[in-house]
Amino acid sequence: MPSNGNLAGVHFMNGDEAIAEGAIAAGCRFFAGYPITPQSEIAERLSWRIPAVGGMYIQMEDEIAAMAAVVGAAWGGAKAMTATSGPGFSLMMENLGLAIMTESPCVVVDVQRGAPSTGLPTAVGQGDMMQARWGSHGHYEIIALVPSSPQEAFDLTVRAFAMSERFRVPVLVMTDEVVGHMYERVEIPAESLAAPRRRPTVPPAGFLPFQPDEDLVPPMACAGEGYRIHVTGLTHDERGYPDMTATAHGRLVSRLSDKILRYVHETELYEEVELDDAEVAVVSYGVSARVAHGALALARQRGVRAGMFRLITAWPFPDERMRQLAARVRGIVVVELNLGQMSREVERAVQGRVPVAGVYHAGGRIHTPVEVLAGIEEVLR
Amino acid sequence: MIVSTLPAPEIIPDARHPMEKFLRKDRIPHIWCSGCGLGSALSSFLFALDELAWDPDSVAVVAGIGCTARIPGYLRLDTYHTTHGRAIPFATGLKLAKKDLHVVVISGDGDLFAIGGNHFIHAARRNLDLTVICVNNFNYGMTGGQAGPTTPLDGRTTTTPLGNFEHPFNLVHLAASAGATYVARWTTLDGRRLQHGMMDAMGHKGFTFVEVLAPCPTNFGRRNKIGEGIDELRTYAQLANIRHGADPKDTAVVPGRPFAVGTFVNVDKPSYLDMYEAKTASLGAR
Repeated sequence: MPSNGNLAGVHFMNGDEAIAEGAIAAGCRFFAGYPITPQSEIAERLSWRIPAVGGMYIQMEDEIAAMAAVVGAAWGGAKAMTATSGPGFSLMMENLGLAIMTESPCVVVDVQRGAPSTGLPTAVGQGDMMQARWGSHGHYEIIALVPSSPQEAFDLTVRAFAMSERFRVPVLVMTDEVVGHMYERVEIPAESLAAPRRRPTVPPAGFLPFQPDEDLVPPMACAGEGYRIHVTGLTHDERGYPDMTATAHGRLVSRLSDKILRYVHETELYEEVELDDAEVAVVSYGVSARVAHGALALARQRGVRAGMFRLITAWPFPDERMRQLAARVRGIVVVELNLGQMSREVERAVQGRVPVAGVYHAGGRIHTPVEVLAGIEEVLR
Repeated sequence: MIVSTLPAPEIIPDARHPMEKFLRKDRIPHIWCSGCGLGSALSSFLFALDELAWDPDSVAVVAGIGCTARIPGYLRLDTYHTTHGRAIPFATGLKLAKKDLHVVVISGDGDLFAIGGNHFIHAARRNLDLTVICVNNFNYGMTGGQAGPTTPLDGRTTTTPLGNFEHPFNLVHLAASAGATYVARWTTLDGRRLQHGMMDAMGHKGFTFVEVLAPCPTNFGRRNKIGEGIDELRTYAQLANIRHGADPKDTAVVPGRPFAVGTFVNVDKPSYLDMYEAKTASLGAR
């Protein structure tokens, strides 16, 4: 094993394990969690992997505490992560908001299962996509990545850490039970994939902790570095001091959104499959995209030229790409394990230019390619 | 009711706070009401910092939400004003990510023991390397004086107009039962003893706890006919008995009755970090 702790080499592992190894390779040295399926393999693996690379693993008393500890660890200078599933994701919303407001870099993994409530604790779902968007109170932008394979679970976890440092935001990895438990080939490089944290370039006397650089992201002074800053979830000014005016609030909330919206070209990831000649575009993500991929060949056997646009970045939603797609095809089919969440975004983006049909399933099992095929044929009618 | 007879305070022009090196002067005036105990609690903490003489860059203070939770905002240290009830788990992450930092949580009774109660008992159980200072004013001051987990029986608050009928926590007993290795209680009348209690707690390994009884004349004091802040301090002078080593279960605070202050628990036990490091040493961490 290289000295950076990477489990370098080619492995046969599941998506949950790949997320844990992605975190290690990304330099994550703090994990706080709470037991929940189907993310158990992430916490279990990190309970020995993180101490082995000199980091801290702690099982907290609930997911509220886990998320709070992750934000605290970010201010202690660590790359920090937590992992959960729907019920825990709900509890994390409070301190996810704190991370957004205080610009605390961290990564939150949601291995989605059937929901609402306790739902289907060990079976697949994709019903948390809208909670990822605006589950915490207030207006904000968020970055959410969706892997479709264990290799991508590794790669996107690394990417999530890099984006969290780049924008000083919590980044969500919205995987699902099937990808989490799917075993496939995962290749892990030997070199460190840890992204740097943006540090202050001025001495403490002249430092304004929430004065952004030109790209709207402020450098981060962590605890014990001599900057002696105040960090608050209240609306604050560039000094970090509470400022209860509408002007300060508008300025802060706008900047927190704009720092993400202005750089969508950096965060936007997607995969296009056989779209060049497509008359129907299937839009999907996560495990559902694996099934949808299989349906493309079935459609083409029947003479329907179907392609796929796979969302890798779910949030911010790729509005412009979706508009371009709508100009090229006769219909769009959205395949997801909920009763229509990302499809609302597709409909919003394409603004009625082409019909949008949904192939929905509430979860508990994945779709079959035949179900997707039926959707493809339906949208052309 | 005891009526206040103090003369108006003398205004000293150009006066400097003796501990201004620890204060963010550009954040003064503070938000607290006249007669509130929080200024005294803050003063004791400032003098504790001064006498401990730690590198100020090695101290971080974390708070939740409420009147007490505004204390860190006035401290020229690394300070964190987090979410309601979550100061302890936030501080847990901060401490574990930066182990050489002294992490102190200062927050109120509602924050730490109602919404944050679960976090408190689990941090105490783990003997996490944190000091928690709770300023207990028996009600939710910032939101207008509602009943909380320490409101005494029959206490009048904006949400107990007929008098409180829920049994309150004895914070000393709770902390001791949950595993805190240092537990003390003082009042804001006893500034110097409170300062030394804070110093002892901060210097003690593991999870340490100081309860600070403080007046809230605007809300709890007024509705319970205690009077001004100074009048509540007089009741402390009459009723507080120093009883070091008293059994924590015998230390409940009941209005109008004598109550115990002092150091009730002071034991050595391996802390969370001691245990973590001992257990993970064999992994050969880099």
